[in-house]
Amino acid sequence: MRILSYLGAGVAAAVFMLAVGWWRSVQTSPPDLPLRLGQMAFEMTDHRGNRVTPQDLLGSPAMLFLGYTYCPDVCPTTLSDITDWLEALGDTARDMRVVFITVDPSRDTPEAMAEYVSYFDPRVEGWSGTKGNLDRAVAALRARYERVGDDLEEYAMNHTANVFLFRSDGSYATSIDYHEPREFALPKVRRALNEPMK
Amino acid sequence: MALDMKTVLIASVLGLFSVLPLMAEQASQVTVTEPWARASIGSRPAAVYLALTNTSQAPATLTGLKADAAGHASIHRTSTDANGVSSMAPVGEIILAPGESIKLEPGGLHGMLMQMNAPLKKGTSVDVTLVFSDGTEQPVEFPVLGIAAKGPEG
Repeated sequence: MRILSYLGAGVAAAVFMLAVGWWRSVQTSPPDLPLRLGQMAFEMTDHRGNRVTPQDLLGSPAMLFLGYTYCPDVCPTTLSDITDWLEALGDTARDMRVVFITVDPSRDTPEAMAEYVSYFDPRVEGWSGTKGNLDRAVAALRARYERVGDDLEEYAMNHTANVFLFRSDGSYATSIDYHEPREFALPKVRRALNEPMK
Repeated sequence: MALDMKTVLIASVLGLFSVLPLMAEQASQVTVTEPWARASIGSRPAAVYLALTNTSQAPATLTGLKADAAGHASIHRTSTDANGVSSMAPVGEIILAPGESIKLEPGGLHGMLMQMNAPLKKGTSVDVTLVFSDGTEQPVEFPVLGIAAKGPEG
């Protein structure tokens, strides 16, 4: 009988531990992560006028981020940060694809994107797509954007300002917050580039 | 009649001259350092940045901006929420207590120039006037740096 009650207590303890474990995993489960590039379904036109899809990025590590060329503050700063990272990473990031997806395709035509990206690292590509394709891209990144203001000329766009980093097999590695200091951002990119693929 | 007009004209010119030095004196209560602007493309909005210090004994309230180069100029603030979503909104007044300093810098406060008459070209400069609540105006010349610039050093 005594053995049985020990056993009972043991089972109860095990069940309790499992329950705690389950509760903790529920509590700490990460927010939705971006899809793999291979799972994303959208197509756009790049600043050279070519039709492009996320699958075209497979085989190289890639950085994707959202922005728009009428953005005077955040977007040029992000592009400038990325240009600095690429320079600091040197050969490590030689094959990096850098994709700036506009959240404002009605003003950011491929021609407008071509002029804009010409001011930054030559690896920066500007992708522009229809609203439907943009919405699918933003959803796949688990990101957000919205138009602010009704003025036809002066409206602004709120948008996720993270830089999403993908490994060359298309798996999502990490994201870098807007204004994350360079001393944090660079090791994150290096780690993602050196990590085994998933 | 003609004489009357002349008198009025002279009087107003004299009046203007007597007010100007006063305005300059009041405006100098705020010291401007590190002004710079980012080059812009076409008629797209441009951003200007600077540091301001209130060197007077009284609070100074910055109420807005004026710029001939733009159809519309105002102060905006960029903020990024917990989900990483950045947004931009006009800022009302900025009150500087005596001795207080603020910085307009990328990712935070910036002077926003909209409906640009011409793009800001790197290597040139743009004049923007700070307007204070007491009516004083302080013209500032902003050197235009490259589009990729992140601070007054480039």
